[in-house]
Amino acid sequence: MALTKRPLFDPPIVKQAVRDAFAKTVNLRHMVRNPVMFVVLVGSALTTLVLIRDIATGAGDVGFTLQIALWLWFTVVFANFAEAMAEGRGKAQAETLRKSRTQTTAKRLSNAHDRSSIEFVPGAMLRRGHVVLCTPGDMIPGDGEVIEGVASVDESAITGESAPVIRESGGDRSAVTGGTKVLSDFLVIRITANPGETFLDRMITLVEGAKRQKTPNEIALIILLSGLTIIFLFAVVTLQPFAIYSGGSVSIPILVSLLVCLIPTTIGGLLSAIGIAGMDRMIQHNVIAMSGRAVEAAGDVNTLLLDKTGTITLGNRQAVEFVPAPGVTRDYLADRAQLASLPDETPEGRSIVVLAKQFGLRGRPLSEGVRGHLELVAFSAATRMSGVNARGLELRKGAAEAIGHWLRQHGAETPPLLTTEVERIAKAGGTPLVVAERENGRARALGVIYLKDVVKGGMRERFGQLRAMGIRTVMITGDNQLTAAAIAAEAGVDDFLAEATPEDKMALIKREQGGGRLVAMTGDGTNDAPALAQADVAVAMNTGTQAAKEAGNLIDLDSNPTKLIEVVEIGKQLLITRGALTTFSIANDVAKYFAIIPAMFIATYPALQALNVMRLHSAQSAILASVIFNALIIIALIPLALRGVRYRPAAATSILRRNLLVYGVGGIIVPFIGIKAIDVLLVVLRMV
Amino acid sequence: MTVNGWLQIAFYSIALLLVTKPLGLYMLKVYDGSLTWLRPVERVLYRLAGIDPEEDQHWTRYAASMLIFSLVSMLLTYAVLRLQHLLPLNPQGLAAVRDRQAFETSASFTTNTNWQSYSGETTMSYFSQMTQLAFHNFMSAAAGVAVAVAFVRGIVRRSAGRLGNFWADLVRGTLYLFLPLSALLALLFVQQGVIQNFAHYVTVTTVEGAKQVLAMGPVASQEAIKQLGTNGGGFFNANSAHPFENPTPWTNFWQMLAIFAVSAGLTYTYGRMAKNQKHGWALWAAMYVLFIGGVATAYWAEARGNPIHAARGVDVVASATNPGGNMEGKEVRFGIANSALYATMTTDASCGCVNSMHDSYTPVGGLVPLVNMQFGELVYGGVGAGLYGMLVMVILTVFIAGLMVGRTPEYLGKKIQAREVQMATLYVLVFAGAVLTLSAIAAVTSAGLAGRNNLGPHGLSEIVYAFTSTAANNGSAFAGLTGSTYFYNTLLGLNTLIGRFAMQVPMLALAGFLAEKKIVPESAGTFPVTTPLFVVLLISVILIVSALTFLPALSLGPIVEHFLMQAGRLF
Repeated sequence: MALTKRPLFDPPIVKQAVRDAFAKTVNLRHMVRNPVMFVVLVGSALTTLVLIRDIATGAGDVGFTLQIALWLWFTVVFANFAEAMAEGRGKAQAETLRKSRTQTTAKRLSNAHDRSSIEFVPGAMLRRGHVVLCTPGDMIPGDGEVIEGVASVDESAITGESAPVIRESGGDRSAVTGGTKVLSDFLVIRITANPGETFLDRMITLVEGAKRQKTPNEIALIILLSGLTIIFLFAVVTLQPFAIYSGGSVSIPILVSLLVCLIPTTIGGLLSAIGIAGMDRMIQHNVIAMSGRAVEAAGDVNTLLLDKTGTITLGNRQAVEFVPAPGVTRDYLADRAQLASLPDETPEGRSIVVLAKQFGLRGRPLSEGVRGHLELVAFSAATRMSGVNARGLELRKGAAEAIGHWLRQHGAETPPLLTTEVERIAKAGGTPLVVAERENGRARALGVIYLKDVVKGGMRERFGQLRAMGIRTVMITGDNQLTAAAIAAEAGVDDFLAEATPEDKMALIKREQGGGRLVAMTGDGTNDAPALAQADVAVAMNTGTQAAKEAGNLIDLDSNPTKLIEVVEIGKQLLITRGALTTFSIANDVAKYFAIIPAMFIATYPALQALNVMRLHSAQSAILASVIFNALIIIALIPLALRGVRYRPAAATSILRRNLLVYGVGGIIVPFIGIKAIDVLLVVLRMV
Repeated sequence: MTVNGWLQIAFYSIALLLVTKPLGLYMLKVYDGSLTWLRPVERVLYRLAGIDPEEDQHWTRYAASMLIFSLVSMLLTYAVLRLQHLLPLNPQGLAAVRDRQAFETSASFTTNTNWQSYSGETTMSYFSQMTQLAFHNFMSAAAGVAVAVAFVRGIVRRSAGRLGNFWADLVRGTLYLFLPLSALLALLFVQQGVIQNFAHYVTVTTVEGAKQVLAMGPVASQEAIKQLGTNGGGFFNANSAHPFENPTPWTNFWQMLAIFAVSAGLTYTYGRMAKNQKHGWALWAAMYVLFIGGVATAYWAEARGNPIHAARGVDVVASATNPGGNMEGKEVRFGIANSALYATMTTDASCGCVNSMHDSYTPVGGLVPLVNMQFGELVYGGVGAGLYGMLVMVILTVFIAGLMVGRTPEYLGKKIQAREVQMATLYVLVFAGAVLTLSAIAAVTSAGLAGRNNLGPHGLSEIVYAFTSTAANNGSAFAGLTGSTYFYNTLLGLNTLIGRFAMQVPMLALAGFLAEKKIVPESAGTFPVTTPLFVVLLISVILIVSALTFLPALSLGPIVEHFLMQAGRLF
C-alpha cells in the first residue's frame, strides 16, 4: 500500500501535534475561525488577568483561580490538539507520497515523431505540451497522455497495487501519472500538467488538508453552535445582575467556568478533527476525496448507479454448462468445444477450456486428435464466429444466428431442440454459444455452451443492506433487456438500465436528480466524464482517463468499482460521528448545571444545596471538577472523532435509536459519574 | 390531588382530542381558499383595500405586508386610546389613556400579547374595548395563524420562496374561522350568564350593607375571541376569575377548550398539508406530553399546599368539604384542579387569561406557568405562533439529531442547511436575549425594583415572569408586579414587539428559504419524524434548550424559593 495504515496515536504524529496545538492556541486568526473555542480563549485570558490582579493585590483564592485558569487554557489546547492530530495523520500520508515525487531526469523529445531526438532535462523543467520518451526502468516524469507505444507500468507508488497495468496510446488507457515506472517496452508521452499541478501534487495537497474548505453541513453546525454559545453568554452574563439582586455577586473566574462548561466545547473542539478524519478514512480505503463536500454528499446518496461488469458480476462471462445437440454426447461436445477454444485467449474462451477439463480433458497439445496443421479462425465482427480449421475439419463457435447461417451455407440446419435450449439460456440471462463442426464436408451442430455472468459473492446481501439504508441500486449494462433483467434479479438490485449508452446514463442521472435524489456512480472512460460531472458523488477509477478523473470528485486508487458502497458508508459514518458528538456535548450540560449552580450560590442561598445531587465536596471542588471534566472529555473523545463511531448498515430508525441511547442518554449520565469521580480525586489529592 | 380533579383533567383531554380533527379539516379548507360562502364580503374587502388576493407573495413581501398591517393598526389604536375621551360609547366618561400606557397597550394587543397593566373597567371606554382591543383580538389572531400557514406552505411547497397571500390569509382567517366560532362561543357564554350590555356601571348594596360598584359592558362578545384567539386580555381586571367573565364551571370548560382548539387543530391541518398525518399527530402528542406534565406538576404542588400553613395547623388535606392544598388566589367555584389546569393551559398557549392569581401559587406551582412560557409558547401555543414555534424546535431537533442517521439533516424532504439553521437559531436567540437582558436590567435598577410586590426570590420571579410573559406574547401576569410605570410600560411594550415581530420575520425567512428547496423523497434512510422515539427526542430538545437557557435565572427565583419555603421562609 502506498498509503499506510497507522496506529491512532503514532508517537511522531503526537509529538508534532502537541507542538502544533500550542502554536494554534496563540494564533488568533486561527482561533477566531472557531467561535466556540474563541469564547473559551477569551474566558481563559480574562481569568488569567483576574489571577494576575489577585496575585498583585493578594486578594482572592489564588490557588483556586490558578487551577481554573490552567484548565481553561488546557481546554483550548486540547481542542487544538485534536485538530492537529487529525491534520498530522494527513501530513504523514502526504509525506509518504512526496517521497515518490523524487527528482527525475526526463528524456525530452524535441520532435514528437522522432524517438532519437532526445535531450536530457530535469523533470521540473517539463511544461504542458512537452513530449518525453520513457523506456523500461524510467520513472514517468509527469502527468501525461500516451501518444505512441504500449507498455506495462508499475503504478504501485500511487495505487499500492503491485500488479503492473498496461498503458497504451488512444482509448481509455492512455493516461499516465507522474511518479510511476515503465517496466517494459516504451511510451511516448505528451505532458499534460505543469510541475506543481500534477495529480500527485494535488493529491498531496488534498491529503494534507491544507486547502480544506468547510463543508455546507459543517458551516450550518457552526452557526448552531455559535448561536448556542451566544444564548449561554446571555444566560451567564445576566446571571450576575440576578446574583447582585439576590445579594451576592459571583467572581469572574466562576462565571467564566460556568460559561465554558455550558457552551458546546466538546463538539466545538472536535468538529474540524472529525471532518479531517473523514477524509483520512477515505484515504485509508485508498480513495482520495477532492473535497470534504464529496465525503458529506456520499452519506446523502439516494441512488447508486453500478456498472454491471466488474462491480456486480465478475469481469467476464464463464462457461457453466455444455448442452449437447441430439445425437451428440456431452463428452464429445466438451472435447470439440475445448478444441475450438484453444486458440481463444479471451476469458470466455479460457473458461470453456476450464469447464472442459472437468470432463477429464486435460490440457493437450494443439495437434492432438486432429490431423495436420491447426489453423486459427479469429473472431470478426462480420462473421461473429471464431474457431479452428484442420485438415478435413472445421470447428466454429459463435452466436446462434451466426452459426445457423454458417450451417445453412453448408447445407445443414440447427436442430429445433437446440434452438429451444438457446432460448432458454438467453431468457435466464446467459449467453448461448453454439458449437458446430464440418467434418469431411458434412456440417452439423454439436450443442450449446452456456456462458453465464457470474454475480460476485455477497453482492445480494450488500444490496439488501443498502436497501435497508434507503439507498436504491441501479445496474447499468450494455446487455439487452432480457439478459439485464435476469442478472438484475439474480444480483438483487432494485432497477437496471439495459443497452445503456452514455446518453442514457446521463438522462437517468438527471431524472433521479430531478426527483430530488442524490446520485453516486463510478466511471473510468472518457465517455463517462459528462455523467461523472453530473453525478453528486462521482468516483473515478485511477486507471481511468484524465477526463474521467477531472470529472470525478473522488478518485479510487484501487480502481475497484465495488468501493462505491464503502464510500457511502464512510460518508454516513462521518455524519453520524458529527451528530453523535453534538448530541453528547449538549446532553453533558445537564450534569454541569447540577454541579455549578448550587456551588455558585452556596453563600447566598445555602438552601440550593438541595440541587447538589452529586454531593460534591465543596463549591470549589464542584466548579473545578466540572471544568476539568469539560477539558478531559475532549481528549477522551479524540479517538472516537478520528476513528468515527461504529457504523452498521441499517434503517434510519434503528441507527437513531442506538445512537440516541449511547450518545444522548450516555451524554446525560457520563458527566454525573465523571464529575463526581474528579471531585473525589481532587479531595484525595488535596487540590481544593 | 383527588380522583375528581383528575377526571376533570381527563374529560378536558378527551374533548381536546375530539375537536382536533374536525377543526383541523375546517381550517384546511379556510386557508386553501375552498370555502366560498362569504366570497362577496371578501371581494368587497379586497376591492376596498386594493388588494389582489391571488398574488402569491414572496416571503419578503408577505413579511412586509404583515409588518405594515400591524404597524398601521397599532398606531390607530394608540390614537384612539389617547383620544377616547372625545369619542362615543364612554358612559363612565373615562379620560384619555396616558402616553406610555397607550403605547404599551396598543403594542401588547397588536402582538396578541394582551398584557394589561391597567384595569379595563377604570381605564378603557366601551368604544376603545370594542373597536380597538376586540379588533386586535381578531386581527392578531388571524395574523398569527396566517404566518403559521405561510410557514407550513414554505415547508411543503417548492415555489421559489413564495408563501401565499397575507391579505387573503388574514381576511379568510377572520371571516371563516374566528368570527363564526366567536359568535357561537359568545352565545354559549351568554347562556351561562356572562354579561353583554352597554349599561352604566351598577351600584349595589352588599349583604354586609356596603356599597359596591359593579362594572358592566359587552363582555361575552369579547370573551369569546379572547380565548379563541389566545389573546387573554380580560374585559375586567380580574380577568376570567371575575364572575361576569367566567361565571360557571361550564364557561370555564368552554374557555379552556377554546384556548387550545385552534392550535391543536392546526397540527391536524399541518399533517394534511404536509401529506404526513402521522407527523401532525406526533406534534400533537409532543405538545400533549408537555402539557399534561405541566398540569400534573402544578396540580401536585397546589394540592400539596404550603408546608408552613400545615405547620400552623391549617388543614391542607382535601376532603368532601375542604378543597385542601393552596387555595390562596383561587376561585372556590373552580377549585384546585381546574385552576392548575387553567394556569398551565393559559401559559402553554400564549393566552394569558387567568382564572386564578399565579402570584399566589406555591413556588413550584408558579414555576410551571413560567417554564411553559419559556418553552417558547409551543405547547399547542398561541394561535399560529404555537405551530411555527414548535416547527422551529422540530427543525432544530432534526438538525441536531438528524445527523445521527448518517445523512445531512432534512425535514420532510427539505435539506436543513446554513441559512435555515441561522433563522431557527435567531428565533431562539431573540427570545432568550430579550427575556434575560430586560429582566437583568430590571433586577438591578431602582425603577425596575420599585414595581415589585414582594422581596427576595419571589420578587425576582415577578420581574422575570413579566418579561417572559411579554416576550412570549402571553400577557398573563404574576399579578404582583406594578406594571403601569414609565419604566415597565416602555420596556414591556418594546418586549412584546420584539417577541412578536423579531421572531416572525426570521420565521417567514426560514419558510421562504425552505420553499426554494427541492424535495428529497423519503426512504428507509430518512430521519423518522412520526415515531414515538421522535416525540421523545423533540420533547428532550425543547426541555434542554429552554432549561439550559433559563435555569440559572430560575434557580435564583422560584427554585430557591421552593427550597426556602420547605425550610419555613416566605417572601
